Parts: sequence; C-alpha cells; structure tokens
Amino acid sequence: MVFEPVSRALARRKTAGGCAEETNEGFNQMANVITDIESAQKKESVPAFRGGDTLRVHVKVVEGGKERIQIFEGVSLARRGEGIRDTVVVRKVSNGVGVERTFLVHSPRVDKIEVMRRAKVRRAKLYYLRSRVGKAARLKELRTDQPAGK
Amino acid sequence: MSVKAILGKKVGMTQIFDAEGRVVPVTVLACGPCIVTQVKTVDKDGYSAAQLGFEDIKETRLTRPEQGHLAKAGVRPKRFLREVEIQEGQSVTVGQEIKADVFAEGEKVQIAGTSKGKGFAGVMKRHGFHGGEMTHGSMIHRKPMSAGATDPARVFKGTKRPGRMGNERVTQQGLKVVQVDLDRNLLLIKGAVPGANGGLVLVQKSHH
Repeated sequence: MVFEPVSRALARRKTAGGCAEETNEGFNQMANVITDIESAQKKESVPAFRGGDTLRVHVKVVEGGKERIQIFEGVSLARRGEGIRDTVVVRKVSNGVGVERTFLVHSPRVDKIEVMRRAKVRRAKLYYLRSRVGKAARLKELRTDQPAGK
Repeated sequence: MSVKAILGKKVGMTQIFDAEGRVVPVTVLACGPCIVTQVKTVDKDGYSAAQLGFEDIKETRLTRPEQGHLAKAGVRPKRFLREVEIQEGQSVTVGQEIKADVFAEGEKVQIAGTSKGKGFAGVMKRHGFHGGEMTHGSMIHRKPMSAGATDPARVFKGTKRPGRMGNERVTQQGLKVVQVDLDRNLLLIKGAVPGANGGLVLVQKSHH
C-alpha cells in the first residue's frame, strides 16, 4: 500500500484514468479482505427486527456433553453493531425477576431468531422498560404488512 | 525445514467465531509470499541470516544498486528486504519461496512492527506518571515534577521526561496464530499487533 501525495492524487484525477497501476489497488484489496472474512461468517438470512419487537431466540446449549436448543423469549431492548458484530439485547421477566441476555445475531450458538410480535416504538433503545412493571411495560403492537426494522 | 519467519502487512482487526462459537478478536495480516534474496553465512559475512524480499514493485522504483542486488539473486523487484536469523536445523536457498504455511494454527509467534507515532507526548502518556492534582489550586496537573536532585547540578541521562513517543520498533511476543489462509496469503493472529494498518510486520516463531 502506498499513500500517494495529495498533489499527485489530484493530478491523477485530472488526467482521469491515468496510471493507477500500483497506487491504490493494494489498499482496496486489503480492505476487501476484512469484508470477505466477515461476510463469510454471516448467516444467510436473519429476520428484520428492531428494538421493541418480541423475539424468540433459539440458543444452542451444551449440557452434560449433549447439545440441545433452549428458547429465550422476550422484548428486544436494543440492537447495536453492524455486520458480524450485530448484537441484540433481549429482556424477559422470569418469576418476577428481570433477565436480560445479549446475543450475537450471527453467532453459531444462536440457532434461530423468530420475531413473534412487532411494536410501535419511538426510539431505538428501550432501556426505559427496565424501570417499568406490569401494565406500564406494555408496548403497542405494530400491525402492518411492511416489515419493521432494518 | 526452512526459516520460520515471514514478512507481511497489517490489514486490520476483526472478529471470528471459533469452534465453540466464542468470539475471538483477530488481527488480519497479509503475509508473503516472500522470496529469499540472499543467504548470509558465517564464513562469508560473519553471521548467519536469510534476507527476505516482500511485495513486488516496478523496477524503476529501485536504485541501480538495489536492482543489481536482486538481479544477482534472480528475483523480481521487491519493496522490502529484511534479514532474519537462521536457527539451528533450518536451511534456506536463494530464490526459495516462503508462504504463510510456515506457521500452523495454534502456534505461538512474535510479531515486530513499527508502533503508531504519538508525536511529542507528556510524561503521563509517555511514561505512565500519575500527574498532580487537578483541583485545589495545585497548578501541577500533568507536569513531570522533579527531574532529579539539585546536587549533581544536571539531569541524569535516561531520566523520564516528555518527548517523542511511538514510531519505533515494537515486538510483541507470545501471540497465537488462529488461522492460516494459504489461498489468500493471510495469517489471523489472536489479539492486537503493533503498528498501524498497512504497516510492515515481521512474524517469527516465538523465542520463548
């Protein structure tokens, strides 16, 4: 990779399609390598969902040498990161105790994510739900044919 | 066995999932292929080393002496030439190609690069001094305080003071090779590697 001087870069742009031979090609190739590695690990299909949606996450758990699927169902509070770093925070109330788990969407440990219900929400991060209990913690369901989220 | 060393460039960092589904932070290095351009021997040069050439460039980018040196080895013009020590039991020949597969997955390596330049840095950043109080009218927020005793009437050499930081050779030992991709000439190393993206790195078998 070569960082060419600005003056030369400008000159090259003026001549349009001049000698880009050994200047930028290497750098672009390098950037693609990372993208390739990341996209190779991404899942083929992940449903569209966003904060507020009720998700059913199928998690692979190893118990006594055996692998089985465990389901974690709850409201997603936040989705953050993009590409291979995409994570989602899912909250549920279990026996009166709030439980939150963060899942890597593209992790091989996460078998499947199902969207059970979409909600009409006005912000991306729904951390305010943590301080709400019962009726106050409800979200209005979004009824539309359009897929919510990304 | 050939020398266990290769030149490469730091591409950048990402993360991959291991067999158990855990996330492993990795640095991607575009390594080689390198060509042995010269073999130095104890008889002739006083020490034993292999000179590796990395990255093709146009011939006109090299000086005439450089062109001559590589022509003698019968090697295409290279941007970087670096020497590595030949360990016992290793043999190299001029023109030999060294690829990423000199390293195996799980192997421990040491990687040398040029650290990112930090410019003129103060003692807190450069030497990890704790600094003075920020409040209560201390007036010594990030200052280096005393530079030594008054009696010698001078500052001893090597005293930790502000100055240029970074942009120097740094070797990180005990790094683990996570993946070797021979098709794309890549090494995936667990954790961080010294230097900026695009910087030249030397990967060697860990010396300890």
